[in-house]
Amino acid sequence: MARRVATTNLQEGVAVAAAPPTPTAAARARWRPYLLVAPSIVLTIWVLYPFAQSVWYSLHHYVLSQPWSRPFVGLRNYQKIFTDPDFLHTVAVTLEYTLLAVAIELLLGMLLAFLLNRDSLLTKILRPLLILPLMVAPAIGSLIWKLETNPQFGFVNFFMSFIGQRYFPWGSSPRTALLTVVLVDVWIFTPFIALLLLAGLRSLPQQPFEAARLDGAGAWFTFRTLTLPMLMPYILIAVMFRILDSLQQFDIIYAMTQGGPGDTLMTFQLRAYLEAFTFLRLSESAALILVLWVITYAISYVMVRYWNRARAHLRGA
Amino acid sequence: MEKPQHNPAAISRRQFLKYTALAGAASVLAACGANTGSTPTPSSQQAASSPGTSLPTPTVVSSQHLGSNAFDWQKYKGTSLKLLLNKHPYADALVADLQTFTDLTGIRVTYDIFPEDVYFDKVTTALSSRSSQYDALMTGAYQTWVYGPANWLVDLRQYIQDENLTNPDFDVQDFIPNILHSDSWSGKPGEAPGQGDAKQWALPFGFEINSLSYNKQVFAKHKLRVPRTLPEIIETAEYISKKEANMYGIGVRGSRSWATIHPGFLSAYTCYHARDFDDHLKAAMNSPQAVEMTKLWVQMIKKGGPPTWTQYTWYEVGNDLGAGKSAMIYDADILGYFQNRGTKAAGHIGWAPVAANPDDPKAYANVWIWSLAMSNFSNHKEATWYFLQWATGKAHLLKGAVEGDQVDPVRHSVANHPKVVAKLKQKYPGYLESFNQLIPNSKIYFTPQPLFFDVTTDWAATLQKMVTSGADVKASLDELAESINKKMADAGITQ
Repeated sequence: MARRVATTNLQEGVAVAAAPPTPTAAARARWRPYLLVAPSIVLTIWVLYPFAQSVWYSLHHYVLSQPWSRPFVGLRNYQKIFTDPDFLHTVAVTLEYTLLAVAIELLLGMLLAFLLNRDSLLTKILRPLLILPLMVAPAIGSLIWKLETNPQFGFVNFFMSFIGQRYFPWGSSPRTALLTVVLVDVWIFTPFIALLLLAGLRSLPQQPFEAARLDGAGAWFTFRTLTLPMLMPYILIAVMFRILDSLQQFDIIYAMTQGGPGDTLMTFQLRAYLEAFTFLRLSESAALILVLWVITYAISYVMVRYWNRARAHLRGA
Repeated sequence: MEKPQHNPAAISRRQFLKYTALAGAASVLAACGANTGSTPTPSSQQAASSPGTSLPTPTVVSSQHLGSNAFDWQKYKGTSLKLLLNKHPYADALVADLQTFTDLTGIRVTYDIFPEDVYFDKVTTALSSRSSQYDALMTGAYQTWVYGPANWLVDLRQYIQDENLTNPDFDVQDFIPNILHSDSWSGKPGEAPGQGDAKQWALPFGFEINSLSYNKQVFAKHKLRVPRTLPEIIETAEYISKKEANMYGIGVRGSRSWATIHPGFLSAYTCYHARDFDDHLKAAMNSPQAVEMTKLWVQMIKKGGPPTWTQYTWYEVGNDLGAGKSAMIYDADILGYFQNRGTKAAGHIGWAPVAANPDDPKAYANVWIWSLAMSNFSNHKEATWYFLQWATGKAHLLKGAVEGDQVDPVRHSVANHPKVVAKLKQKYPGYLESFNQLIPNSKIYFTPQPLFFDVTTDWAATLQKMVTSGADVKASLDELAESINKKMADAGITQ
């Protein structure tokens, strides 16, 4: 069959087509788009199925040790969560942990990134060492710091004794437990932010900075008007990752205090874990996780919008 | 963290000859004091008595004898079983002797071991998923109150009573009754273990009595008398904390977990005649006796307890005693036992019962019982029963007690055995005396009910608040009791 083809000259031309495609080749061409997207569909189903199952469980009364009885209870589990006197405390401690950890990590990470954004022998040595805490599993990191903050044999309290704080309670007091787990989080994850920002710094164009130098702009002016705005997309990405991670933080807190002292560090994840694995109330655990998912989704939606805006601003849009 | 270990190490020829010689000598003793097998009757009672007093000459049933009785141990030869075990010296003793079982039965056994922090989460996951991966597992009695009624475990009575499947030397009456019955429950909330139509959810293979383990050197140095009551413990602990640099007086558990409530705390609580629930299953943690005892407990921790008490599990409690960081611990007697070897305090640890209530000279002790249970999802139930009866039988338990660290023995014959008695007297002086004084009043003093872990976790959290925040004890316990009553009502256990 002849087919029309576009020609480079203005005359319309009709080329005599090569031999028509075989039925197998035609079928393959028809199915190719679907085959190409099939892995991502499988992955999507793989993610969505357990999510849908969690929603389903959260609408029932499901106790693991009573699998024969799973009555539908509608939104009762959610009602129980929102009317629980400890719910607000759970929200508060989850958000406090997140804000504190991310704020400290961002400041320290940015400082580290700037310090490492120089080519010297020292920075070449320090850059790989920076990654070491990131390679430690958070639960192991927490256990290490639990030992190191022991007032009887830990090195941290040994140094604290020089400022008269030999028995600083760290994770064993409600006043200091949050700070303790935040510091462990900072120790492990600051390198993550530093590396992201370092990559960002290294990818910035040099011409604006050269021009600013030639014009005699000071360091602070350059940082405020050039570096920070251009680095903003990277900062937002790093912050978003850390916020999402911190909202779901479990292992550091569980390894350090199991959510104590008392209920001091009972975040969403801790409560959900205990509900599922200690108290065997799967449906209430699912409901808690879904409430956390809503909070996480809302925050990430806002952050992604900011990120898009920052990128558009840089493009001059 | 999972640490799968798949095959027991084979024993060398020298070890085999040594064990056979021991078994041969033991079987001569067995011939001197033979115990005729009797039809096991789980409901029969046998008064608990102190080892070495009024019992018949302890019988030793060696592996050789087991293999030579009429029982067909080879019936399930060729089967493979998998165990789920907690990281514990009792598990170590079991693993070290697995080849004996394989030689006897032809059943191959593999196992997975998990640390205790995550062990029960692993058990819950394995059983709730109805997986047939594991045939038998280690468990505590409290866990059977959840696993049993959920039909995750097998009621072992059917096997114990089956003469075709149970070897004549099993002798269920040889178990210390309090301990055996603590692993049985009817499933009726509030009904005591061993009462009514109690199902035998597990068999004990090692238990722990809560008592005082103390550093004799420290006490000798300060010329201190070993305290017996809770006020005396407070006074002694406070004194030592002030006098000794880098040492505190008394170690007790404090983590936000059910494990904080069941050892020393509940034992002392029972001494004050306080209960967790009354006869109508209403929370009783705010009774006058409970409030009085709890106030003293909080005071003890503040004046003489570990500085980071809220993070203390049994590992920290035991390690501090062994490292010379604490002068005493009020916890499982075996914790002091394990620290009396290869540590800074080795050879200097003593044991004493605690009669916490000054108004009652009796020493009551809650117990923790490591037991073996059969998964209801096992595809090899009969073969698994063969394993369970061997692992909780006289031969293996004796070997575990003599050659391993499998104390406290759950069988009279093992606890009374001359080798066990001699070992404890020689290497752990005072251990047996404390054990003997406590065993008549040692059992599980919790009220069995399905929300055990809710109740005890909340209780531990409340204890933490009282110690760290200075919250009023009476008000906190009132709040705790109200919260628990609400949970019990929501769960349909009470009205």
